[in-house]
Amino acid sequence: MLHNRVERLQAEAAKGAEEVRTFQADRKQEWAVAIRRDKYLYVMAAPGLLFFLIFKYFPLWGLLLAFKNYSPYLGFWDSEWVGFKYFREFFTNPDFMLLFRNTMAISLLNIVFFFPIPIIVALLLNEVRKLAFKKLVQTVIYLPHFLSWVIIVGICFLIFGQGSGVINQLIVEFGGRKIEFLTNPDLFWGMLTAQSVWKEAGWGTIIFLAALAGINSELYEAAQIDGASRWKQMLHVTLPGIRSTIIVLLILRLGQVMDVGFEQIYLMTSGPVAHLADVFDTYAYRVGIQQGRFSYATVAGLFKSVVGLILVVMANRLAKKFGEEGLY
Amino acid sequence: MHTSLASKLFNALNYTILTIFALVTLLPFIYVVIISFTDPSEYLAKPLILIPEHWSLTAYKYIFSTNAFLKAMGVSGFLAVFGTVCSLIVTSALAYVLSRKRLKGKKFFLIAILLTMLFNPGMIPNYLLVDSLGLMDSVWALILPALTSAWYVFLMRNFYQEIPDELEEAAKIDGCSDVGVFIRIMLPVSVSALAAFGLFYAVAYWNTYFSGVLYINRDALRPLQVLLQMMLISATQMADPSVAAMLDSERTVPPEVIKMAAVVVSSLPIVIVYPFLQKYFVKGMMVGSVKG
Repeated sequence: MLHNRVERLQAEAAKGAEEVRTFQADRKQEWAVAIRRDKYLYVMAAPGLLFFLIFKYFPLWGLLLAFKNYSPYLGFWDSEWVGFKYFREFFTNPDFMLLFRNTMAISLLNIVFFFPIPIIVALLLNEVRKLAFKKLVQTVIYLPHFLSWVIIVGICFLIFGQGSGVINQLIVEFGGRKIEFLTNPDLFWGMLTAQSVWKEAGWGTIIFLAALAGINSELYEAAQIDGASRWKQMLHVTLPGIRSTIIVLLILRLGQVMDVGFEQIYLMTSGPVAHLADVFDTYAYRVGIQQGRFSYATVAGLFKSVVGLILVVMANRLAKKFGEEGLY
Repeated sequence: MHTSLASKLFNALNYTILTIFALVTLLPFIYVVIISFTDPSEYLAKPLILIPEHWSLTAYKYIFSTNAFLKAMGVSGFLAVFGTVCSLIVTSALAYVLSRKRLKGKKFFLIAILLTMLFNPGMIPNYLLVDSLGLMDSVWALILPALTSAWYVFLMRNFYQEIPDELEEAAKIDGCSDVGVFIRIMLPVSVSALAAFGLFYAVAYWNTYFSGVLYINRDALRPLQVLLQMMLISATQMADPSVAAMLDSERTVPPEVIKMAAVVVSSLPIVIVYPFLQKYFVKGMMVGSVKG
């Protein structure tokens, strides 16, 4: 009897293995069919897919440099493994706290002073009944978004400069004393925030205007029948209508708190304000590429990316909790 | 329609605030444009000018007579044309393929692309990659790392998904291959999307700056934004002979006027394409981001 059971089990096992084999064969065949059928599609997708493989996945390999003592002469493979040496060095370096403080300060100033402006401007634009005026204002305030940071910072230098800047000339003309807009440490973070507002706040209205356009117009009609004033309508129809957009964008913005405008800060940095301007990316550039300490700079970049990743994932979860779509 | 006093007051205030906002945005540009057309001797005599008495094209004539500026414009212009064409081909082909329901492995590709939006390895690994690919000091270093973007691929894919399947089936019955369907049917149908993304890419290539700093050392390949940075912002501008020569035109044209003319010339292509851009970008930005 035992013999019979063993035989039966063996037979079943063989059948199972056979099924696995046919399943695998089926899958292989399915792929073969799909590739034969859609070969042109795969060929068309190849350049784009290769781009993501080479330029987005290959560099992940380069992160191993953080654990090596990379020397360009020895190359990637022959450089010596050093474990967490550069991590310890980075986290115990006083620079680390400085970078962290600057990043947080610049980011939080941006959230407090920049974030509400597009909402307010969108609400104001939404109340404009003359379409030509609305269009004109939109055209003007979107424009700076498309200009490079070099041009924006360049214009800023031409206008706020110490020597020939028009603002300082006006101040002198009216009997005042010149202000060091660009090199005074007390003004630096404020200048950065103001520049961001000037370049991007208008563009930021687009998403809120779209949300406003999505509000059901019957709600306004009902409110008007109930005798609600325009102010009351804004309070009880408009704002609730875009509340979820505001919440989600704020959450996602908080998730990007580690991302501060690299090009802008890099361009605005000068000696007297350097200690307020250094953030993780500018540090990685200076220490890594200009001074050649690649491994150490990789650690700085890696730290920023990992914290950024965690924050974005958390922010996305939170946004989904509010019943919204989030980033992905 | 009856309007109450409060409503009228609100309107007046609203129009005033928006006008101020628009003016604050515009005034710096207007100032730069005015000074760039000001007669250099007038500026030299008294630099505080709101409306000049004599207009002049001297600064423009001067920058177009310098080799460095023309070359840099050529590099950025080439990027904006050639790079945009490359980007559009790669992006639209990938987006179209990923929009086909039957494609096997689609889910894997989509997730793999999505993940790249969440994590950026940072500047050093990217720099070493470009270096090890041998792209340093070549125009490809300014194009390939920015060839396409996950975000644009997803937006375009949404667009292709909305095109009814019947179009593809009909073309297939008429004997079109997948490539034929894409080129003869899908590209013509998606001209508006291509125009929108093409303009976005062109603006981004024209504005190429930091990859120029990272990857380009040869003067001949210097993108316009890098030259502008050296002219306008850098404290060590005079260390570079070609830039120093540009700003020192035998003291007849003050450097400020030259700088402002350079800003105007560099912004002009964007200001020219902007009206076309505006027609599309609101729609382009909205696809996928707000579901209504």
